[in-house]
Amino acid sequence: MQSATANTTIPSSTPRRPVSLGDPAIQRLFLWPTIILLIAFNIFPLLYSLYLSFTDYRAISDQPPQWVGIQNYSDILNDEQLWVYFRNTGRYVVTAVALETLVGFGIALLLRSKFWGSGLVTTLILIPMMSAPVVVGLFWKLIFNPNFGIFNYLLGYSAGKGPDWIGNGDLAMWAIIIVDVWMWSPYVMLLSLAGLSAIPDYIYEAADIDRASPLYQFFRITLPQVAPLLLIAILFRTIEAFKAFDLVMGLTGGGPGDATELVSVQLYRIAFLGQFNTGKASALAYIVLIIIIGISNLYIKYLNKVKAG
Amino acid sequence: MAKVTNETQTRVVTAGRALLAVSLCVLYLIPVVWMFSTAFKPRKAIISVPPQIFFTPTLEGFVGLFYKRSTLTPAQMEQYRQRTDLTWAEKVALEQGLAITRQSDYVGQLRNSLIIAGGSTVLAVVMGVLSAYAFSRFRIKGQADLEFFILSTRMLPPVVVTIPIFLMYRKLGLYDTHFGLIILYTVFNLSLSVWLLKGFIDEIPKEYEEAALIDGYSRLQAFWKIVLPQAITGIAATTVFCLIFAWNEYAFALMLTSNRARTAPPSIPSVIGTSGVDWAAIAAGSLLFLIPVAIVVFAMRRYLLRGITFGAIRQ
Repeated sequence: MQSATANTTIPSSTPRRPVSLGDPAIQRLFLWPTIILLIAFNIFPLLYSLYLSFTDYRAISDQPPQWVGIQNYSDILNDEQLWVYFRNTGRYVVTAVALETLVGFGIALLLRSKFWGSGLVTTLILIPMMSAPVVVGLFWKLIFNPNFGIFNYLLGYSAGKGPDWIGNGDLAMWAIIIVDVWMWSPYVMLLSLAGLSAIPDYIYEAADIDRASPLYQFFRITLPQVAPLLLIAILFRTIEAFKAFDLVMGLTGGGPGDATELVSVQLYRIAFLGQFNTGKASALAYIVLIIIIGISNLYIKYLNKVKAG
Repeated sequence: MAKVTNETQTRVVTAGRALLAVSLCVLYLIPVVWMFSTAFKPRKAIISVPPQIFFTPTLEGFVGLFYKRSTLTPAQMEQYRQRTDLTWAEKVALEQGLAITRQSDYVGQLRNSLIIAGGSTVLAVVMGVLSAYAFSRFRIKGQADLEFFILSTRMLPPVVVTIPIFLMYRKLGLYDTHFGLIILYTVFNLSLSVWLLKGFIDEIPKEYEEAALIDGYSRLQAFWKIVLPQAITGIAATTVFCLIFAWNEYAFALMLTSNRARTAPPSIPSVIGTSGVDWAAIAAGSLLFLIPVAIVVFAMRRYLLRGITFGAIRQ
């Protein structure tokens, strides 16, 4: 009897498994393709371009790369013109992100308490953010047109009398900033809304009992509670604005003159147009990369912190 | 009594806020509406001063987008009018005094966009779901560093990595090929796909699989039959986000393709009409590009926040 029970229980507790892989094998099988692909397309190119940045290589010439040391880097750092592009980029990033934060957070405060149709409003204003920036830029060119665009018309200028937003060197940067703010304020809004909706009501109720003024409540409750998410939005927008390329190419192409020439656009020009100055472009790319890595580190750190909290 | 006035006050404030929000939304959407209407405007209405709100809609823009046209002489136009075998596009072109000579390059570019966006999305989601499962269920050495590395690849500016990839592709014969762009978009979507899917898989209780393993399922069977069906919403959301990125991508396509594999985004700026910029064609192209995205935004609105924060914030 005893042996019979043993015979019947053993097969069910250690069932016949189909020929199968163990967990370590599956883990490798699932993970390695991703890791290998990412290394091949990120780490290898980065090392390759680090090497190229110390050479005089031109992608269109047949000459093999010649080692030139830190020549490219010192050329770039001493190039007055490149500093202009860095200044342009800085101005654009700071102004656009600051305005996006104000506008996005402001709209989030408006949409905070639900009303009939607030869901629809929230969804509708997210559409531009998801569209192709180059297409958006191109289309705003028509909107900014001094003769028949609706932007000046809505500002109340009669045809041809209003400012030429794209053609005027002082205004072109503002044109890009306006479009960027139009596109990306909803991003800040969406994150702010998430932060606002997470604030428990009882904090406000307690503040009401203590007769705290609305202003006090805003600065002492609302703002600190939303701050972590708002910071993520600001960091992400800063990184993205620093990389801005599509929008500028669609809207101004860097012009007029070099009024809206951003570092990323200049980088494209050095690397892929005219002389194909690959070595110098790689050096510039590395300088941009170091700046971006700095901001990205902060971003990822906060993202993990928010995720954990 | 005091309470009643307080309630009315709150109601007035809420109504005022709603009114302000709705009017801001209307103002905000003017460019989108304008794009929509421009796509259907005849040339004269586009450049009219002051801007026209009411006009007779035409498909000139779409015909300009999809076909190359040549100008007809009055005699030829008469001849064309006699013909009865004209397609709708030819009829629209004839109204402007134009004849269709051939399909524009845009048709092929749109096809490239579909192939490349579709192919890279499938790859990114399949690889992403496998890696996400591994990250979620196994203890992996250096997991935090690996995850950090994967996300950091997303932060690289395209222009920075494109220079070495351009040289690499030229050597390997991948320059201006569909396969080259598919792989590249897969790589750039992988970070998003892994992070997003890991969040979704983390939410599936481990107990389900453990029960299945005890019942005699192999790990692979448990993954296939238990985890995948549970993660289907997450997979759908991830697919959509990857599709949007690949669909909208401009910089890589501009620098790594020329004729054969060129996608639509770098091509729309070069849609130039017979006389100056053909705004109706550009608007039509933009509109066709925007419509799928708009539909997706509506369908996915619950997951948008999650998608744009790499799965970090859930609601």
